[in-house]
Amino acid sequence: MAEYKGIMTFCEITEGKLPSISNEVLGCGRILADDLGQELWTVLVGNDVGSLAQEAIAFGADKVYVVDDPLLKDYQTDSYVSVMEKVVRQVMPQILILGQTSVGRDLAPMLAFRLDTTATLDCVGLAIDPDTKLLLQTKPVYGGNAIAAFTCDTYPQIATVRDKVMSPPESNGSKQGEVITIDAGLDPSAIRTRLLKRVKEDEGGVRLEDASIIVSGGRGIGSAEGFNQLQELAAMLRGAVGASRPPCDNRWTALNRQVGITGKIVSPDLYIAIGLSGSIQHLSGCGQSKNIIAINKDPEANIFNYADFGVVGNWKEVLPAFRDKLKELLSE
Amino acid sequence: MRIIVCIKQVPDPAAPPSGINVDTEAKRVIMPQGTPPVMNPYDENALEAALMIKDAQGARITVISAGRNLAKTVLRKSLAAGADELILLEDASFEKLDSYATAHLLVTAIRETGEYDLILCGRQAADTDAGQVGSGIAEILKIPGITAACKVELSNGKVKVERVVSDGTEEVEAPTPALVTASSEIGELRYPGVKEVMAAQKMPITVRNGQELGVDVSRLKRLNLVRLSAPQGRKTECQFIGGETPEEAGANLALKVREAQLL
Repeated sequence: MAEYKGIMTFCEITEGKLPSISNEVLGCGRILADDLGQELWTVLVGNDVGSLAQEAIAFGADKVYVVDDPLLKDYQTDSYVSVMEKVVRQVMPQILILGQTSVGRDLAPMLAFRLDTTATLDCVGLAIDPDTKLLLQTKPVYGGNAIAAFTCDTYPQIATVRDKVMSPPESNGSKQGEVITIDAGLDPSAIRTRLLKRVKEDEGGVRLEDASIIVSGGRGIGSAEGFNQLQELAAMLRGAVGASRPPCDNRWTALNRQVGITGKIVSPDLYIAIGLSGSIQHLSGCGQSKNIIAINKDPEANIFNYADFGVVGNWKEVLPAFRDKLKELLSE
Repeated sequence: MRIIVCIKQVPDPAAPPSGINVDTEAKRVIMPQGTPPVMNPYDENALEAALMIKDAQGARITVISAGRNLAKTVLRKSLAAGADELILLEDASFEKLDSYATAHLLVTAIRETGEYDLILCGRQAADTDAGQVGSGIAEILKIPGITAACKVELSNGKVKVERVVSDGTEEVEAPTPALVTASSEIGELRYPGVKEVMAAQKMPITVRNGQELGVDVSRLKRLNLVRLSAPQGRKTECQFIGGETPEEAGANLALKVREAQLL
């Protein structure tokens, strides 16, 4: 039986660029590769993406496998699973790492079962176990109330890494690497799922993931109109609006504004939590913020256990005064 | 039209986090005393998606649950809400199964139940947060799988799903039979009335053990739990800002935030 070796990452591409998460995953893979004394490989899948290979090398890859095909322009489960299955069977890495993005959390489990192995999603730590040399995969369980470390006996060991767990490595433009093209070889009949349309949500300014100030609302906001007030404050502070799960479930705000285990992981300088109780699931997404301030009418709300400053009161009364005073102070 | 919904029983995730402890020695999470078992909330969303299809065009819904010490009263709630059939896969060996074993176990039961148009699962379980069983079932059965749905429609041999992606939403379509995992945006499971709860008590439940199913889960393990620890919380000492009125408190908060140079 051929031997599995080497560390591979899946290099997600967003609008023709490598997003931070792809570089974070490369950084994570580099550490594991160095630890095992093995090479780091990455896979670029898409249409017209070969030009990104050099950037992936600069961020740490020793070899870049490029799978380029017009059918791979958009992420679609069946085509991407099929292509990644082909690459893994050909290259046989012992570890495969992806980002915990909407793509990674869809692709990793399907691919793992296709390859008759398993994946660990949403890892906050990846390391090589010194005794077994297996990949030690650390992830939150019970909504973040406990942290579990797993190993997997079958190869490749597949894991997704949570956003912002790693800082992206420094880019090294002089680093050399090899670029290898792999033919997609897609059988159109094997692509059963079909993308009908994609609706981009206009975030009106700063992206939630990039914002240094986030104004976030919870169940207590109560309506879409309430979120307009948060939007107003966010605009004034050049920040972005976030939300816990209930406002998204109720469509008070866009679905992609959810912060937490099933939404986005953010780490702004300031997180302003309004009418938001602070479930562990939500705090998993914003607990890394530098500072948190909270407005909530319930003095026992869990968010106050994580906040630096808090006001106990009805946000509808507190927020306008807070906003007006802040506006005055900021214009001074 | 036939729909299968897979439901996991989990300790109520709404239990107060302060009461949750981790036994690192036994590698177990200790829930606060009296935490009841419930249906996994995302699986409830999956059941609700199935019931919406049943409302619109009629369907026979089969619920399958696997585990050890399943609470029939908890899972009967699926029948009260409108499911037609409940199959429990119960065995002493079905405890703490990993995603690989669970998916294979459920597939064995699904294959026994005959033809289906759609399988619905929750996107992840509230205890393990693994998020893989649905995808696994789709792969093992070699049917299309679509994850994290916020809307599911079934018509003319096709399932159409709206799902959330990082910069918006997308709509995906696949031919049936297919598998879809449900996200919370689908909506909460409807609340059954007293009459429905009473009627559900009288409905028969099928119970199958490992031997009857011909499944040896000990051979299906892929993941080893090496360590379990309590999270390192970012617990802070919150400085509460007050005022004579809520408005004054708000203004004082602004002053404080400025003074601390957070803005």
